[in-house]
Amino acid sequence: MQKIAMDRISEFYSAMAAERALYLPLKKRGAVNFGRWQEGADVDIDALHTVKSPKDLFFPQSEDIVAFKMKGKEIEIDAPDTPDEPFAVFGVRACDARAMEVLDRVFLSEPVDTYYRARRENGVVITLACTAPEETCFCSVFGIDPAQPGGDVSTWLSGGFLYLKAVTEKGEAFLAGLTPLEEANDAEIEPAVRALEETMERLPLKDLDLTGIDGNATEKLFGSEQWAELSRACLGCGTCTYICPTCQCYDIRDFDTGKEIRRYRCWDSCMYSDFTRMAHGNPRKSQVERFRQRFMHKLVYFPANNDGMYSCVGCGRCVAKCPISMNIVKVAKALGAEARK
Amino acid sequence: MSMRQDTLIPKIGVITDIRKDTPDVKTFRAVAPEGGVVFQHMPGQCAMLSIPGVGEAMFSITSSPTNTEYMEFSIKKCGCLTDWLHQMDVGQQITIRGPYGNAFPVETELKGKDLLFIAGGIGLAPLRSVINYVRHYRENYGKIDIVYGSRSKDDLVDFDEIRNEWANTEGVNVYLTIDREQEGWDGHVGFVPNYVKELGFSTDKTALVCGPPIMIKFVLGALSELGFDKKQVYTTMELRMKCGVGKCGRCNIGSKYVCKDGPVFRCDELEELPDEY
Amino acid sequence: MQAVEKAIKEKARALLADGTVDRVLGWEKGEYCYDNTPAVFTEEDIDRLVYNSFCGANLSKYLIAESKKEGRVLALLKPCDTYSFNQLIKEHRIDREKVYVLGVPCHGIADVEKLNVKGIKGIESIAEDGGRLTVQTMYGEKECELNDVLLERCLSCKGPEYMAADDTVEDPAPVELRKHDRFGMVEKLMQMTPDERFEFWRSELSKCIRCNACRNVCPACSCLKCVFDNDASGVSSKANVDTFEENMFHIIRAFHVAGRCTDCGECSRVCPQGIPLHLLNRKFIKDINENYGEYQAGADDSSPWPLVSYTQDDVEPGKMEGGKN
Repeated sequence: MQKIAMDRISEFYSAMAAERALYLPLKKRGAVNFGRWQEGADVDIDALHTVKSPKDLFFPQSEDIVAFKMKGKEIEIDAPDTPDEPFAVFGVRACDARAMEVLDRVFLSEPVDTYYRARRENGVVITLACTAPEETCFCSVFGIDPAQPGGDVSTWLSGGFLYLKAVTEKGEAFLAGLTPLEEANDAEIEPAVRALEETMERLPLKDLDLTGIDGNATEKLFGSEQWAELSRACLGCGTCTYICPTCQCYDIRDFDTGKEIRRYRCWDSCMYSDFTRMAHGNPRKSQVERFRQRFMHKLVYFPANNDGMYSCVGCGRCVAKCPISMNIVKVAKALGAEARK
Repeated sequence: MSMRQDTLIPKIGVITDIRKDTPDVKTFRAVAPEGGVVFQHMPGQCAMLSIPGVGEAMFSITSSPTNTEYMEFSIKKCGCLTDWLHQMDVGQQITIRGPYGNAFPVETELKGKDLLFIAGGIGLAPLRSVINYVRHYRENYGKIDIVYGSRSKDDLVDFDEIRNEWANTEGVNVYLTIDREQEGWDGHVGFVPNYVKELGFSTDKTALVCGPPIMIKFVLGALSELGFDKKQVYTTMELRMKCGVGKCGRCNIGSKYVCKDGPVFRCDELEELPDEY
Repeated sequence: MQAVEKAIKEKARALLADGTVDRVLGWEKGEYCYDNTPAVFTEEDIDRLVYNSFCGANLSKYLIAESKKEGRVLALLKPCDTYSFNQLIKEHRIDREKVYVLGVPCHGIADVEKLNVKGIKGIESIAEDGGRLTVQTMYGEKECELNDVLLERCLSCKGPEYMAADDTVEDPAPVELRKHDRFGMVEKLMQMTPDERFEFWRSELSKCIRCNACRNVCPACSCLKCVFDNDASGVSSKANVDTFEENMFHIIRAFHVAGRCTDCGECSRVCPQGIPLHLLNRKFIKDINENYGEYQAGADDSSPWPLVSYTQDDVEPGKMEGGKN
């Protein structure tokens, strides 16, 4: 284990940024999001969560996948180069680190998404243990320990120091190149870890019971009469899906730049009315079906296809940000009894 | 140009022939720029066709894999992209990626069986690939019955091929029907599901059904009345798709993705899925 | 507010019992003390109705759908919500006959984000006494003035009067109206150079994640199909094909609601990135006030609004104040 004093933290950022592009939580006009570090950047590692999760760095909200030049009847295909910028992302919480494992299940399963894989390979993930979880947190429900945040390198804040420990070989190689670090003892972070454990015990959602809500629950839950009531106030906006670290649905669209046709993919939302619209109809006609799809996907369909893994990590972003305060916790609580019947 | 390979990056297909099947269906023949098929496929599989800037959509590959010279797609005009495809000329390039989805189990469950094909309208498209495949490997399959219906005589896709080739193949019976009486038509008149019941097929056959959702629904009813088990019936599904590889998240029925786990489903499997299609 | 909540429930129960209404549109208590969700109640579950300083959601837009259903709905509207209600009546979006409006007094809506900014996090419960909030958190008890953590819109409160109500609930302890300068920030922006102002909006709007929450919550955005949801329009509502597209989205939306926006502030309340979207609308409101005379959208349910009523002495476009910017 190594450490660096917090009053020298900018040296650490500079050292990391000298190695590769560094992304970390930056405050911009009141909102904290992952952004590229440069000298003088307004870094905010105290913010529990960024508004958007770090998934943007691996699965950008919008990315070009191929370009076409139309020449009379002929089409020229120009595939972009694989993203090859080595980068590091610092300040990833345990929940968001787990979310990458969820995304890996989707994008690294056959056929592999080469855009995503390249970014995963190019990126060093430096996680940060939580110090002050909030009432919206429920990562422990999914077996996540915010004191052991994972990634390639795990870090902890304690007593005015940032402690670092490599978790993977990639992380080890990355740390080896950083000069301003000094040696530290594992025991030094124990007080911080214990304090976090105590806080975790006080989280109001720590006992959220998902028993029965799993990959086998389609039959019990799909036809539930509660969906209509649960979704009644839903605005059909994409807030929950776009701030979610595990939502992975995307759209593919073409854009005519005047010189070429750029085919790009962008995040999509199952909450949007056009998500499943076809020329001859829409199987999800109202918000009830769209809303149901989102939660069934996270809590039932995804576990059914991925050895029981939920597509939720309990980060609590949707709990905090839904404009009408309807979220996966309320849904799970409402459906629990039916699932366990 | 980079050698980038990703399933989302398409290949070029050159249109070498366009056949007007019906007033709103055309069959397009496509080859790779260097000749031959753009890729190998199995009967029932699909491909994403696109005109960049216009759109990209999933279509079944109507030609049989036994045809190594070209691929064919029978496409009904019903939207932005299909309108564009319908007005293009021979020589036009399009983009193609695939093959996507599963296929009819021609090399496993269907082998050695008597096959009953039931199609309505453009629903013949995915079945044509299977029919020509099993005709090619005729000795591997039992008796073949084909029930095909459309609104009118003019709406029967591949009419010439059906009449001149299928109907003349040993052990193949073709039953055509149209919805309403029409001058110059001396064949059967009536809806496909009723015709299936009238013909009263024996239940030792395996049925492959494709057509408009409402027709599929009533055909399944008719087959059930005749005593067919759901395990003996296959059909294909169609939902909105973007990626074709089970990642973009929109074509699921329950935990199954039509683009990856389908489009071919055995009806007992389909019945286990939630009713959202 | 507890007394008000009790009075609301009593009135609702009575109106349900005598058949005046068939259901009640209000807010349902959430997981915490602050995450109330708009909900529809009947006699059986009216107990779950909650009313406190966290019932921010403006319920008027839900009445578009609710008034299309069978029977009559009791709608709980705060004073500022009644402006949106009137505007929707004016635009023929709500069937007035099917709605029974119960005006409910408001002392200002607290913004949890502002509590967080004050360092009040890990909220377990909040007690409200007069204008003071006592917050139990996972990290100890904290206190603050409601006035210091109000939603942006409450800082320019339109006052305690209802613009439309079939009945009202009495306020046992009215609070004094907060007087803030509604157009202060707009003026500040207009005093900037065009470059500074451009930079301000670029840095704010570049945070936009295209979630459409502002549009979907907006009572003035009641089109059945939004232009941004039209594939053929070439502009997608869910992603930016270039770095200026989100700016266009918000600017076009502001233009579309100009003259109809009541300044209810829901756009800024729901924005996950905290973009002060209401400032775009307020700029239009200020221009309308200056060019066509003081006008408050939703103050009544029938008079034509300035941008759709032509008079010969209307201001000429080129002569508008600030037009050259």
